[in-house]
Amino acid sequence: MPAVKLMVNGKPASGDVEDRTLLVQFLRDHLGLTGTHVGCDTSQCGACVVHIDGRAVKSCTVLVGQAAGANVTTIEGIARGDELHPMQAAFRDNHGLQCGFCTPGMIMSAIDIVNRHGGSVDEATVRHELEGNICRCTGYHNIVRSVLDAAGRMKVAQAAE
Amino acid sequence: MYATTYHRPSSVEEAASLFTKGTDARYLAGGHTLIPVMKQRLAAPSDVIDLAKIPSLVGIDVSADAVTIKGATTYYDIANNAQVRKVISALSNLTSTIGDPAVRYRGTIGGSIANNDPAADLPAAVVALNASVTTNKRSIAADDFFKGLFSTALDDGEIITAVTFPIPAQAAYAKFPHPASRFALTGVFVAKTKAGDVRAAVTGASQNGVMRVAAIEQALKANWSPSALDNLRIPDDGLTADIHGSAAYRANLIKVMAQRAVTAAS
Repeated sequence: MPAVKLMVNGKPASGDVEDRTLLVQFLRDHLGLTGTHVGCDTSQCGACVVHIDGRAVKSCTVLVGQAAGANVTTIEGIARGDELHPMQAAFRDNHGLQCGFCTPGMIMSAIDIVNRHGGSVDEATVRHELEGNICRCTGYHNIVRSVLDAAGRMKVAQAAE
Repeated sequence: MYATTYHRPSSVEEAASLFTKGTDARYLAGGHTLIPVMKQRLAAPSDVIDLAKIPSLVGIDVSADAVTIKGATTYYDIANNAQVRKVISALSNLTSTIGDPAVRYRGTIGGSIANNDPAADLPAAVVALNASVTTNKRSIAADDFFKGLFSTALDDGEIITAVTFPIPAQAAYAKFPHPASRFALTGVFVAKTKAGDVRAAVTGASQNGVMRVAAIEQALKANWSPSALDNLRIPDDGLTADIHGSAAYRANLIKVMAQRAVTAAS
């Protein structure tokens, strides 16, 4: 395949890689963006979730060619400089992680949940919508608390803009 | 994963032409079955032909009588289409329960029914709603499309371009999801046509994949209510037995899910 080209975190990225390269391998091994994790590698756990054109998907189950020309956002691309994204800040403030392995995927999925359901999303919806993300430490309670806290902050931020 | 060549055609004709050129080509839609299978080295296609970006394969048309969903339309886009929800809410509800949100952004209707996983949800909707499957060569009635475990009436290289669902008078889907995968341990889709016919399709329960159950259809045609099935006994011949449930358990689930579906539809 000729060099694959896509936008990653707002910047052009390209690489001369084999067609069998998965998006997550491209991000981690070719771009050095190791914030996106590989947990199960079988599209179950959600540690590899990134946004492709604004939609949260499992990058272990996407060939990089499928993302050619797309806008990809990873966990590295959501803070504004030193200012954490409200979802990241809420995870820190609410102790929304234990070992932290699932956290990048949780945050990327959680942002998508709030984008779809709005800042007033309820707890039952958050719990249900996180079904594709597994926390092996079983720290769901604080993860859900973090998402709900962030949803409120994102609502306020959107209202201010 | 073994080496492969990825193609992104811009038309159905180009995709079909690429397929004939490959020594062992496969079509790729959402990829959430094919890519895991390739990663396990259970499939090693020479060429992977991506259908998901072909503009003519994406979109939903709703007319007075039918909903037509193009082959590469995702579960997410079906579940969130307001017109579909208005006329066949059962289809919206079904697609909103497939996998998880990330999977629903990728999985497509054409990919699901072409794969014909015996526990997939969409085959039940296609059969119960008596849909017709349009390909780049012909139109295939739902009853003729599914041919047992992971097999369909599709020829090699044939592409599903659309699925057309007649709008029913009433319909609903009820499933008992596998707690980890969200596939149907057993799911039942019931539909009553505007002419008064009843169709009931079961997924997840049979070793041969989606099937109609005549006894349920007859009972519901006579009396469209959950109580019509109270005394029904579903035989467990040919039903799946595994660590998740025995054949008898699934036979009972067929009845219970059918009753829940009728309740939801009414």
